[in-house]
Amino acid sequence: MDLTDGIEVLATAVATADAVVPVGARTHWEVGNPPGAALEIRAPAGIAAYEPDDLTVTVGAGTSFADLDAALAESGQECPLDPRDRTATVGGVVASGLSGIRRLRHGPLRDQVLEVRYVDGDGRLVKGGGPTVKNVTGYDLPRLFVGSLGTLGVLVQLTLRCRPRPEATRWLRSDTPVDRYRAAAALSDGTRTWIRLEGTAADVDAQSDGLTEADAPALPEGAHRGRISIAPGRLPALGADLDRVAGVRWLAEVGVGTVHVAGDHASMLDEARRAAHGHGGWLLREAGGNGIDGFGRPMPNDELMRRVKGAFDPAGKFSPGRLPL
Amino acid sequence: MSEGNAVAVCWPRSAADVAAAVRIARRHGRPFVARGSGTGLAGGATPLDDALVIVTTQMNRILDVDPQARVAWVEPGVLNLDLSRAVAHLGLHYAPDPSSQQACTIGGNVATNAGGPHCLASGVTSAHVLAVDVVLADGTDSCLGGLGPDEPGYDLRGCFVGSEGTMGIATRVAVRLTPNPPAVATMLCAFDSIDAAAAAVTGTIAGGVLPAALEMMDARITAAVEDFVGAGYPRDAEAVLLVEVDGLAGGVAAQVDAVREIANGHGAVSVRVAADDAERALLWKGRKSAFGAIARIAPDYYLHDAVVPRTRLVEVLRGVYDIADAHRLVTMNVFHAGDGNLHPLIVFDRREPGVWDRVYAAGNEILTMCIAAGGVLTGEHGVGVEKRDLMPLLFSADDLDAQARLRDAFDPDGAANPLKVLPRGSRCGELQRVPEGAWI
Repeated sequence: MDLTDGIEVLATAVATADAVVPVGARTHWEVGNPPGAALEIRAPAGIAAYEPDDLTVTVGAGTSFADLDAALAESGQECPLDPRDRTATVGGVVASGLSGIRRLRHGPLRDQVLEVRYVDGDGRLVKGGGPTVKNVTGYDLPRLFVGSLGTLGVLVQLTLRCRPRPEATRWLRSDTPVDRYRAAAALSDGTRTWIRLEGTAADVDAQSDGLTEADAPALPEGAHRGRISIAPGRLPALGADLDRVAGVRWLAEVGVGTVHVAGDHASMLDEARRAAHGHGGWLLREAGGNGIDGFGRPMPNDELMRRVKGAFDPAGKFSPGRLPL
Repeated sequence: MSEGNAVAVCWPRSAADVAAAVRIARRHGRPFVARGSGTGLAGGATPLDDALVIVTTQMNRILDVDPQARVAWVEPGVLNLDLSRAVAHLGLHYAPDPSSQQACTIGGNVATNAGGPHCLASGVTSAHVLAVDVVLADGTDSCLGGLGPDEPGYDLRGCFVGSEGTMGIATRVAVRLTPNPPAVATMLCAFDSIDAAAAAVTGTIAGGVLPAALEMMDARITAAVEDFVGAGYPRDAEAVLLVEVDGLAGGVAAQVDAVREIANGHGAVSVRVAADDAERALLWKGRKSAFGAIARIAPDYYLHDAVVPRTRLVEVLRGVYDIADAHRLVTMNVFHAGDGNLHPLIVFDRREPGVWDRVYAAGNEILTMCIAAGGVLTGEHGVGVEKRDLMPLLFSADDLDAQARLRDAFDPDGAANPLKVLPRGSRCGELQRVPEGAWI
């Protein structure tokens, strides 16, 4: 099955509209800056091709992560995208660029996408990357689309890398900092650390030594949410500053440098952002934070980024306003 | 197999020198080409159009190593293996390990998005580059990417890695260092047919085993290697698999058992686990000496780099031998089987009249077959000039137009490594030319 068959209706709509915004499940709708008024376009959903023996899967960008995960689970595999909300579409997760909390072991989202197919502003179906697990043929369009927030085209189909589900998994807690070889995740709130182990049962048992079995820690909840990106070595200093911001809840990905923050007032995001800036990091607004800029800082290399945007979207029709370019 | 013409060659010692060289080239209306050690296999660093060649080998300092963050800042001329050696005492290494790692530079690795045997589990260069300081085609500096996990906006770092010098020149690279695994096992599985060895590769991946490395060598290669370095490969096997698994002790033991069972299930003649580090090192020395060993067999070889789905390895590999036979050529195969990355070598003597036409025709047939099987043109060597005109086999005119526009965004005047990667006619409205001997 090729989900790009019958894409003409979508392509014509994109080509004739002045402004277009790709829409998935709206679970990441508030990431970055809100787009201006635009024609909403939905990508096709469904598993186009799944080769368990090759550890690759091709899906419509409109496929929910839950559906993808269920299909892969039947063959004992997974794509560790781990969106916060499982109803999120694969296209939405990729476009938002938000890596899951098992990034420490499984790598960033940008390393999971092998091929993209998208509709450009003229309604042309364009392919970037390739279907194999290793490929350097031509420029790396898949990585460019990860985190592009719908500003370069409408993703319609993606090929992703899969992996075998681990034989055993376990969350553990410690009141002192811990390090375990190839831990899937290490999360800290400044006093406690949670480690997720994955592997054979024997290895997980051996690595659990000295730690307390625990439930998976919940990511901070609140009407106003964001994520800080910072060099991992600066996390302890940043954590100390975040603790001084009244009402902010946070959980850091140790070794990665992502800090999930939430609060009940929009101003808390602003204060958390100031703390991040103080340590050379930045905060991406994920939800709420009305009136607060999505990025809080100019785009790095903004001149070059504007040229890249212009190369893919010369008419400036895709998700206008999402990125401050 | 391609030769170029340079207007001049320079050896900058700093990023400022690189920027000055670029500006001088531009002022004189010349393109420029970055070059590392010149180990590239696709002609990516071959100067065309009388370019200024900017060689980065003098910029070879490891600037900073942060063992806690597991990050090193290096200059582009640092040799790949020198970096791993320099951090070995910290229990760390730099994971991408091209066969040329004793000679190739990190800058060249970034340009080609280089791979290597151990990229099966750990990913190719792009997965290990956090940030790159670059001199763009207009002579200005930028830092692409960063030490934090994400940067706002587009992943320009991801665009730059693998752009083969067409988007600028790397002057400083932040790479991720990888902790050495607590346990490693290296196995040599011998088979009495190439089909059986290839089927065992497919069976390994399908069986949910993802080794750290999974390499295949046919009998012609192992014979050459044995004569050359004496790696201890069996001389009576038609093909061998070199399999390495690493990680925690339990996982390593489980993977050794799984690989052994799968290999035996596919009729392995023998399965041997290296007893110690010395035996491990020798097995790897054989693999990494393969290309040097071939020089003992024929004066010239032509090497391809296609990737196919792992489920198609048996038929594609059979096709490689059949195509070579049909053209009265000898092919030898040593390749990254675990990720489906074929390296069919066609050995020949260029003094033989007409042989080059046959080598070229056979190569094109092999690539066509790989793409028909759902594959791609290159897995780790790059497009360069060698595979440039074959790009339309994989990409439509619209696909190539998008790539050409991306390149223009970085380098509107086409001064950085011109005539590489994209065929003439990639931009919409340019004349489309089908490469000679190709079919669409």
